[in-house]
Amino acid sequence: MDIDKGISDEPRRAAGVSPIDFRLDPASGVPTYLQLVHQVEHALRLGYLKPGDQLPKVRDVVAALAINPNTVLKAYKDLETKGLAAGRPGQGTFIEATLSQVALPELSGLRRSLFGWLADADTAGLDEDGVVALFTSVLRDFYKRRDGQADRGAASGETEGVA
Amino acid sequence: MNVIEASGLGRRYGSTWALRDCTVAIPAGHVAALVGPNGAGKTTLLNLAAGLAAPSAGNVTVLGGRPAGSPIALDGIAFVAQDTPMYKNLSARDMLHLTRNLNRRFDQQYAESRLGELGIPLKRKAGKLSGGQQAQLALTLALARRPRLLVLDEPMAMLDPVARHDFMASVMTAMAADGVSVVLSSHVLAELERVADYLILMSRGRVQLTGEVDDLLASHRLLTGPAAEADRYAERLSVVHARRGEAQAHLLVRATADEPVPPGWEAHPVGLEELALAYLREPAATALPGPARHRALRSETGRQTEVTK
Repeated sequence: MDIDKGISDEPRRAAGVSPIDFRLDPASGVPTYLQLVHQVEHALRLGYLKPGDQLPKVRDVVAALAINPNTVLKAYKDLETKGLAAGRPGQGTFIEATLSQVALPELSGLRRSLFGWLADADTAGLDEDGVVALFTSVLRDFYKRRDGQADRGAASGETEGVA
Repeated sequence: MNVIEASGLGRRYGSTWALRDCTVAIPAGHVAALVGPNGAGKTTLLNLAAGLAAPSAGNVTVLGGRPAGSPIALDGIAFVAQDTPMYKNLSARDMLHLTRNLNRRFDQQYAESRLGELGIPLKRKAGKLSGGQQAQLALTLALARRPRLLVLDEPMAMLDPVARHDFMASVMTAMAADGVSVVLSSHVLAELERVADYLILMSRGRVQLTGEVDDLLASHRLLTGPAAEADRYAERLSVVHARRGEAQAHLLVRATADEPVPPGWEAHPVGLEELALAYLREPAATALPGPARHRALRSETGRQTEVTK
C-alpha cells in the first residue's frame, strides 16, 4: 500500500514500539480518551501512522501519562469502532486503515484560497481570535447543516469517506 | 461485584457524626474517587471499609460481600493511610520483612524488584527517604500483598508534582497489569480528572453524588444566557448551581446533550472539576443513586441560587 505523503524516510522502529507517543493537554477541556483518539487520527492524516503500525501499549501509555487504563481502552475501542484500528490478542492494537485524505495538489489549492480569505478578513479588521471564532462558528454551522442532526462534539472523526 | 458496599453506614465520634446514613456501592474495575471538603467523612468511610474502625450504624462490606475487617476481607484489600505512615527507623528491607510477616500473602520478589526499578535502596531507613520515595515504599508494601482492592487515603497530599505523577503512574500500571480496583480520596479535584472514572462526592458526612464519571458528565450541562430569563428557566430545569451577573447567568443543570436548549441560551459540556464544585457549593443538591436512574429529580435537586456581582 503506497502512501502519497512526503514523510517516508523515517527509520523503521523496533518491533513492538509504536511510531507515536501520546501527550495530554489538561487545559483543553477535551475528554482524555478523545484526546488520544484525535492524536491517532491526526497522526494518520499526517502520515506518522500507517496501516500495520502498532499503537502504544496500554500499559506504556498508562505509565507515561498516569491515566486510567480504562481511558486508553476506551480510546482504542473507539478507534476500532471507526475501523481505524484493530486489537490483536496478546500483541496489542494496530492501525487497520488510513484516513481518507485529499491529494496534495488539491490540498495546496484549498490552502491558497484559505489564505485569500484570511487576507480579506485581515483587511476587514478581524484579528486572529476573531478569525478563529468566526471560522469555528461557521465550521460548526456548515457540518450541522450538512449532516442534519448528526452528533456534535465527537463528529471530527467521521470523515473516513473512502474505506 | 462491588468493591465497597455500604448501607445506612454511620460513624459517630462522641456526639458528632463523622459519617451519616451513607449508602453507596462502588463497582470493581474502576478508579473511584472520593471527593469532598475536609471533614466530609472521606477518611471515616475508608477506615470503616478497611476495617480500621467499627460502624456506629449500618454496615459495610468489601469485595463482593465480605464483612469489612474480617480476615477474608483483609486478605484482598490493601490500605495506604494518609501521609503514608512508616517506621522511620526501619530500613526499607526491614519494612518489607515486617510486612511479609504480618500478612498471609506477600510477594517478596515483586516488592524487591519494584524498589530496585524505582532506585530505592533497601538499606536506607524509611525516615531518610524522600517524600516521593516514602509514598512509593508504602505503595510497594501494599501492592506486594497482591490485593484485589487498593485503598488510598489522600495519597498525594504531601508529594511534589513529579512524585505525584510517578505515584499515580505506578497505581495505574498496577491496575492495568493486575486488574486491581482502586478507591482513593482527595480534595484536589484537578489531580483526579485524569484518573478517576467513578466519582463519589461527599459533604458533611453524607454522599451527595455518585456514578460513573462519563455518565455524570453526559447528564449535566452548563447553560449560559440572559440573567433576566434565568429564573424562568430555573423553574423548568433541574438546576444544580446557578451563578449570575447583571446580564448573564450560568446554570449548571441536569440535562443530556439531546435535551433542547432554550432559545438564546448556549449549552456547554461540563468537566469533572466544574461539576464537583457545583455540587459541593450546593450541599442540599443531591442526585442519588446515580444519573442512570432518572427519578423525581426535579424535586430532589436544590434550586438555590447564589448571586454574584
